[in-house]
Amino acid sequence: MLRLTRVLLILVLAGLVLAGCVAPQPAAPAAPAPAEQPAAEEAQAPAAPEEIVIGAIYPLSGALAATGVDLKNAVELATDIINNEYDLNLPLAKSAGLPNLGGAKIKLVFGDHEADPEKGAAEAERLITTENVTALVGSYNSAVTATASQVAEREGVPFLNPESTSPTLTERGFQWFFRTTPYDKLFAENFFEFLDEMKAKGYDVSGVAILNENTLWGTDVATLENEFAQQYGYEVVANIPYEAKASDVSSEVQKLKAAGEDVALLQASYVSDAILYMQTYKQLDYAPTAIIAMDAGFVASEFVQTLGDDANYILSREVWALDLAESKPIIKAVNDMYKERYGTNMNGNSARAFTGMLTLADAINRAGSTDPAAIQQALLETDIPADQIIMPWKGIKFDPETHQNVLGSGIIVQIQDGEYKTVWPFDLASAEIVWPFPKWSER
Amino acid sequence: MSPELVLFLQTLVSGILIGFVFSLLSVGLTLIFGVMDIVNFAHGEHLMLAMYATFWMWTLWGIDPLFSLPVVALLLFILGVITYRLLIRYVLDAPMLAQIFVTFGLMVFLRNLAQVLWSEDYRRIGDTLLSGRIELFGIFIGRPQLFASLGAVITTGLLYFFLKRTRTGWALEATAEDKEVAGLMGINTERMFALAWGLGLASVGVAGALLATFNPIFPEVGTVFVLVTFVAVALGGFGSVPGAFIAGIIIGIVQVLGGFLWEPRFKTVLIYAIYLGVVFIRPQGLLGRR
Repeated sequence: MLRLTRVLLILVLAGLVLAGCVAPQPAAPAAPAPAEQPAAEEAQAPAAPEEIVIGAIYPLSGALAATGVDLKNAVELATDIINNEYDLNLPLAKSAGLPNLGGAKIKLVFGDHEADPEKGAAEAERLITTENVTALVGSYNSAVTATASQVAEREGVPFLNPESTSPTLTERGFQWFFRTTPYDKLFAENFFEFLDEMKAKGYDVSGVAILNENTLWGTDVATLENEFAQQYGYEVVANIPYEAKASDVSSEVQKLKAAGEDVALLQASYVSDAILYMQTYKQLDYAPTAIIAMDAGFVASEFVQTLGDDANYILSREVWALDLAESKPIIKAVNDMYKERYGTNMNGNSARAFTGMLTLADAINRAGSTDPAAIQQALLETDIPADQIIMPWKGIKFDPETHQNVLGSGIIVQIQDGEYKTVWPFDLASAEIVWPFPKWSER
Repeated sequence: MSPELVLFLQTLVSGILIGFVFSLLSVGLTLIFGVMDIVNFAHGEHLMLAMYATFWMWTLWGIDPLFSLPVVALLLFILGVITYRLLIRYVLDAPMLAQIFVTFGLMVFLRNLAQVLWSEDYRRIGDTLLSGRIELFGIFIGRPQLFASLGAVITTGLLYFFLKRTRTGWALEATAEDKEVAGLMGINTERMFALAWGLGLASVGVAGALLATFNPIFPEVGTVFVLVTFVAVALGGFGSVPGAFIAGIIIGIVQVLGGFLWEPRFKTVLIYAIYLGVVFIRPQGLLGRR
């Protein structure tokens, strides 16, 4: 009996050790706060201020500090382009400051949330009450954006979110929250738009197989993919959720093989499982028509580094890629400025933060005042065309209800010779897509 | 052969191959437990160290895992003896909780040490003498996996031969049976305990070197394998080397075949269901002694 309890104790302990390794992402709280309308007498335009203070809340220290620095650099570069004259086809670039506010300059104050939702809320509070910011941008992590924007909502301060993709953020019915980046639902739909366009080119797939890790993220992605598969008329031949911390995935791969290889495999994996799957595909000779990944593990730098040539021909959704510059020269111009100042190329995060900052400044300029209600109205009237942004989007225009940018869109990249090349949308592609996914014996 | 049969046989073969890896991992753990009733929670981290040792010898000096294998086994043997001398010796007669926390602490220490020294990056050994795959009647067998299985059989065989057929092996078993009496009979029990740790870790060293040829290497790699190892040890009977060997293979087959025939997401459930069944019907495990 003693031995039995000991065995159980050991198993429980071991389980705890493993459980501790997978930190669950806290779900974004979805309690809408009632919007405070500013009192009417405050609405009369005050004399134009010389400086407009904008708060930017990002993870500037802690585990995500490197990302935080990219984001900070990007909003600083955007601010410089707004405040000074540049010959660029971007909103507010050609003028110094905001012309409708007498050339007022933007001043940035930063808040550091360290990827902690509570710190994010506290920083939002501080920036609003003691720094008197006109508006806020941030905050990268969906969980932090959720809490920080709640404070802004309560205080009636416009909050522009350039880079969080959790669908729940714009489902809260907030009055003061606006999001420029496309979000996970849109990316899932992109896959089927892409498959439809491939079909129009004569490359048909008979259906899709869905393979996803079974925590909140992977499950949400699979649910969306199932919905869109039905909507777009693709048969789902297999639906396989799996545990990310797996030592072996041959049964999953055999299941996929049994379901037929004449399909597009839609996969949502973290990095270690993505690598394990690729090795198992190769070993068991599984080559579906296409493998289309929901970024994450497949765009982590370790993926190509670890797999080498075996990583080739994977398709993945992305938000941005440097090779878009080949079809959009404005991207090259901005990236050159960024690289000269900060020594690195832009990436999907910095490009989106840059775009968010310009969008916010554009709205403040059109509002012609720092009155929150006027800025909110101007944001709702935002209409920035595709050629004035460095993103692969059709433009920026917010949904009047959800405040989600409805013109956003993702891109699909393909790994070719170890590099991520944009292959869709076809008019932005920098490389011809390799289709179908080559058999392992023929590569 | 019909495609269904090929698919079924392929799945069975995959299960057996991964099962051998589980076996090899479990043998080292069960040996240490059998001799001194201490569970090594840092087992997965020792595996991780063995994989890194293989990786660095390959990266820095271009030594193929096939040749670095004995070196890694020797290094891990020494590490096992050192671990015993520096840590375990002091908790031999301590309460069970103290014993658990010593190896638990060692696990946390080693994992974090690896993160500091070698970063969180995933590493992989490229093409080795063991790379490639064999095709038999439409069934694919990965050569690294095949060699890992061979390694498991040979290592377990040697260990079993050592325990049952040599004087030192008998002394080790006697120490496991009763430390005091063995001491009275003139056996140096201290040395036997150190030997058990050395042998236990050396077999993990063999497993690590073989596993490194087809599995990515990163600081948390131990967590992926360790839980199933604990189950194999309990299923086979605590302390039983052949028991752990058989249990590892059973788990491999059940996991892969069960996942294929049923739903993959239930494959771990199947393993624990078998484990629970064994605990209820035969608490000492398949080949364990009461």
